[in-house]
Amino acid sequence: MVASPTPPLETPNVAHPSGARILSLIKAAGVREVVALPDIVTSDGLLWPLSKDPEFRLTRVCKEDEGISICGAMSYNGTRAVMMMQQTGLMDSLNAIRAIGMDYHLPIVMFVGLQGKEPHLLPEDSEAYGVRIVQPVLDAMEISHSLIEEPDDEEHIPPAIDAAYAASRPHIFLIGRAPETP
Amino acid sequence: MTLRRDHALQALIPHVRDEDIVVAVYQSNFDWMALNPRPLNYVAVGAMGQASSHGLGLALANPDRRVFVFDGDGSLLMNLGSLVTVAGAGVTNFYHFLFANRVYEVNGSHPLPGADAVDFTGFARSAGYAESRSFDELEAFQHGLPDILSAPGPQFSCLEIIAGNPYPRDYAYIHSAEARETFRRALNS
Repeated sequence: MVASPTPPLETPNVAHPSGARILSLIKAAGVREVVALPDIVTSDGLLWPLSKDPEFRLTRVCKEDEGISICGAMSYNGTRAVMMMQQTGLMDSLNAIRAIGMDYHLPIVMFVGLQGKEPHLLPEDSEAYGVRIVQPVLDAMEISHSLIEEPDDEEHIPPAIDAAYAASRPHIFLIGRAPETP
Repeated sequence: MTLRRDHALQALIPHVRDEDIVVAVYQSNFDWMALNPRPLNYVAVGAMGQASSHGLGLALANPDRRVFVFDGDGSLLMNLGSLVTVAGAGVTNFYHFLFANRVYEVNGSHPLPGADAVDFTGFARSAGYAESRSFDELEAFQHGLPDILSAPGPQFSCLEIIAGNPYPRDYAYIHSAEARETFRRALNS
């Protein structure tokens, strides 16, 4: 599941988003169901904390496209869910997202860690091919996406989730820097 | 082996309650839609192999309903890990029936890899399903169904089937907004 070599150690210091704030805002959006495959970008800041949070039910899957189906099926009775994974899993799940999210107009909300992205660079400037192509691929598929890089980027999570469910369309949050551990 | 698919589906009809959800794929789906049309038939899973995962999402989000999955063997091979996920999720309302004809029927009837050797019942048992068994005779299947459905899930039954009367393949309907809306309305009514 490695997209690129680990970035060099000597990179500019940058601020990271807050894992606690992200989880709080996911809850504020009415989400209690999380489906996930571990991703090293979000492991410490999001997945481990939420796995211990009794307000969330975590369903661990073996492959990412399972999660696309699970979230889509849950949406039929209004149950809100999010899928967490790495961008390698996103690439592997594109056909499921195409069919279930886009063709069937279902609100699949995903948090995708950009493994291999240099924290001080935007995705489009990354040295990692697997990172650099993510946004253009999503644009080509007409899938809504937004970036969580800086502190305060988290604040758009509830309206973006609300919009995905209101329009019954997917939305992908790209996590460009590892969220700080709560 | 004398278990016809349409006969197996007909055997299931009296056991499926109005409030149950049925997720079916490919020819089993088309046959089931013809034999037992009902609003809580979930008729399209989007991508091959995903029936068990849709079923899991429905089972988790609707714990007061039973979820039946009528899967295909080629389909399940595309999503074998879902057996582990389903078992790990501990969904007691999940009933998985595998219609195993050992070929990719709607794609030209080419054989599955390892067609004669794959032990689907063993896969489910090893994945951690509550119980797993197989049938290749109608009478035994009819006899076994009450016990299967009175036991807590996840339950797995492999049906070694031959083709019966094939019903029309209405792809336009299963992928339609109308089909999804019919299911949604029934689920939330």
